[in-house]
Amino acid sequence: WAPPDQVLENVLESVLEFLTAARDRNAASLVCRSWYRAEAQTRRELFIGNCYAVSPRRAVERFGGVRAVVLKGKPRFADFSLVPHGWGANVSPWVAALGPAYPRLERICLKRMTVSDDELALIPKSFPLFKELSLVCCDGFTTRGLAVIAEGCRHLRVLDLTEDYFHEEESEVVDWISKFPECSTSLESLVFDCVSVPFNFEALEALVARSPALRRLRVNDHVSIEQLRRLMARAPHLTHLGTGSFRSEPGPGGALSVSELATSFAASRSLVCLSGFLDANAAYLPAIYQVCANLTSLNFSFAGLTDEEFIPVIRHCVNLRTLWVLDTVGDEGLRAVAETCSNLRELRVFPLDATEDSEGSVSDIGLQAISEGCRKLESILYFCQRMTNAAVIAMSENCPDLLVFRLCIMGRHRPDRITGAPMDEGFGAIVMNCKRLTRLSVSGLLTDKAFAYIGGHGKLIKTLSVAFAGNSDMSLQHVFEGCTRLQKLEVRDSPFGDKGLLSGLNYFYNMRFFWMNSCRLTVKGCGDVAQQMPNLVVEVMKENEGEMDTVDKLYLYRSLAGPREDAPSFVNIL
Amino acid sequence: MAGLGFEETELRLGLPGGSNEAEEAAAAVRSSGKRGYAETIDLVLKLEPASAAAPPSEDDEEVADGVAEAQPSPAAADGQLKRSPSQCSVVTAAQPDADPEKPRAPKAQAVGWPPVRSFRRNMLAATAERGGAALVKVSMDGAPYLRKVDMGTYKSYQELSKALEKMFSSFTIGNDCSQAQGMTGMNESKLVDLLNGSDYVPTYEDKDGDWMLVGDVPWEMFVASCKRLRIMKGSEAIGLAPRAMEKCKSRS
Repeated sequence: WAPPDQVLENVLESVLEFLTAARDRNAASLVCRSWYRAEAQTRRELFIGNCYAVSPRRAVERFGGVRAVVLKGKPRFADFSLVPHGWGANVSPWVAALGPAYPRLERICLKRMTVSDDELALIPKSFPLFKELSLVCCDGFTTRGLAVIAEGCRHLRVLDLTEDYFHEEESEVVDWISKFPECSTSLESLVFDCVSVPFNFEALEALVARSPALRRLRVNDHVSIEQLRRLMARAPHLTHLGTGSFRSEPGPGGALSVSELATSFAASRSLVCLSGFLDANAAYLPAIYQVCANLTSLNFSFAGLTDEEFIPVIRHCVNLRTLWVLDTVGDEGLRAVAETCSNLRELRVFPLDATEDSEGSVSDIGLQAISEGCRKLESILYFCQRMTNAAVIAMSENCPDLLVFRLCIMGRHRPDRITGAPMDEGFGAIVMNCKRLTRLSVSGLLTDKAFAYIGGHGKLIKTLSVAFAGNSDMSLQHVFEGCTRLQKLEVRDSPFGDKGLLSGLNYFYNMRFFWMNSCRLTVKGCGDVAQQMPNLVVEVMKENEGEMDTVDKLYLYRSLAGPREDAPSFVNIL
Repeated sequence: MAGLGFEETELRLGLPGGSNEAEEAAAAVRSSGKRGYAETIDLVLKLEPASAAAPPSEDDEEVADGVAEAQPSPAAADGQLKRSPSQCSVVTAAQPDADPEKPRAPKAQAVGWPPVRSFRRNMLAATAERGGAALVKVSMDGAPYLRKVDMGTYKSYQELSKALEKMFSSFTIGNDCSQAQGMTGMNESKLVDLLNGSDYVPTYEDKDGDWMLVGDVPWEMFVASCKRLRIMKGSEAIGLAPRAMEKCKSRS
């Protein structure tokens, strides 16, 4: 016999097990104390969007039954060298807390955090049931750490290393692939294309052969096309394949022929996602024609293909939903995409030459073509040197379902290439017509008017990225007052000062963070904010000891943990 | 090349100068978007050194854009910001040859702009270095058409000359190679023999626009700097030898 409220709590817990979305859980936890407790015991995935927003101890105390942890550290601008080395986001306090608290932990996903080999070594020790490790844009570890994971985590299903900063002397590389268990493994996903050092290929081939559940394999650029063929023969059920260099390293048998490679691809009937092509020899591309019709995702963003090399391939990819390419394919290549991939949802066009003075090989013409052919587009990232308002407006009208619009006109302050006008109208049309838009990155010559549009219409925008834009603090005011769902704001090199900063006072608690780089802030202005907002951590960084009052970098974020103790000397927490 | 008017770094309302429009339009016409990195270059059969007359461009001006450049402090003193490993790659990519004779000095780059992750930057830079898919046009005096070679598919002068031999039969350098042990390193006497003995001499135009004899420099250096190949009649190439030597000497 259990007391009635205990019965209720048990029932509640059983029901809440089915609630997975964090927002729903957060809402449920606010109903009453009983619901708070039940939710806390049944939350299986702990998502911490800013590792400094809450202390590990507090998180661990509240949630008792966690099986998976997602932790994010540095702000996104760290990817572009704007966060100084040694700033923070070390995973160590978290690993130290999670270990004793969650012995049944199965999954860890870290983004933009510093993880050392010793910390990786704690994972198999603390979590005997560990299954999935995913490190995205992390740094601090080497093959030594990978070896410990491979050897210690006997139930490992997923080891995904994506775009991590990997620096290791070739002489110190450890043969981590050989450390996986000798018996049949439960590996489903092995992604290591960013681990750009040589490895034991025979060991990998053997590992793949004894991993019957393997569906995702992405290898690094030290894998030749001859070796790729061997791997594919061992894993005919792969769904996601990262093809390595896609270049021939002929052995004694000579170079692989295109038709031999084509046979391998034809045998991989389950392939839906192809990537890699890290040093591709375009002569081998026809080998993939047979799988193109099944592909939903294709990543050519490391292969400098010309339009002549690219177009014959893309013409086969009629079911593509995600495409990443380099701008070397040109407007012509994009036209072919528009004509073929009517189901495209996500497009990313990266620059081969990522400098401001580069030629840039795609323009408004390509963007216009895409907008006309890919009406279902939801996400676009487009690097170019020449753009017009007209093309952006066309995209806003043709692709109203856009959730993510990121346009990077690489030359700073570039106006419309035909009219010479600022790009205000183009971005204005995007926020007006794409009513579901949640993420926006702007560029080109922009005045306060653009931000008036953004504030006026971008009601669902959660992430906004601004660089070299705006005339005055009014821009920031428009954004704060209008974008009621804003969570992440990153601004660099724009003429915004303390007044603009202060206009956000009422909104900072609703946001995850605000990063301002090389604007016109002063220490006093930032100090005012810190004073008025006790639950906000205000970090300022200066690069030159010279001018006393200016601030080079401002990073402010809401936090229950108060000022962090691991701040390096160049960070001043106000 | 689509240059950026530096007046534009001063933010102001209204249209930028009309001259920029013309620049932009001209640049748009010039670049058809087919070759991002201009790997194939139209062959111009001239022997005059191309280095003398580089067109003046807006890139000549080196303007320190005060607001935009967040140049990190070079010295890593305590309390000062240090560059992260990822930062170094950004700045390296931005730095051109620091040759004072070059009229084209690119303007100072802003850190982390354009926003491309260093993993991607490094990967693409490494690819370019390895010479992957670097197509070079090859012409031979008297031959009716041009050929293209992918420099990345060869590992030595011998491999290259074998391939060229196949393309242009009766290409004499191949014969010489079978006697001399390849053409690595600088070897004055070998070159002189070549010039005296054969009808044709392989030459190449390097990054600076100078015409050099093939075989002057180590293979990797050659691949990195070779923009196009021309197999010249021996008599025309004689003038090259002393200059090539001078250049190599002054470089080392």
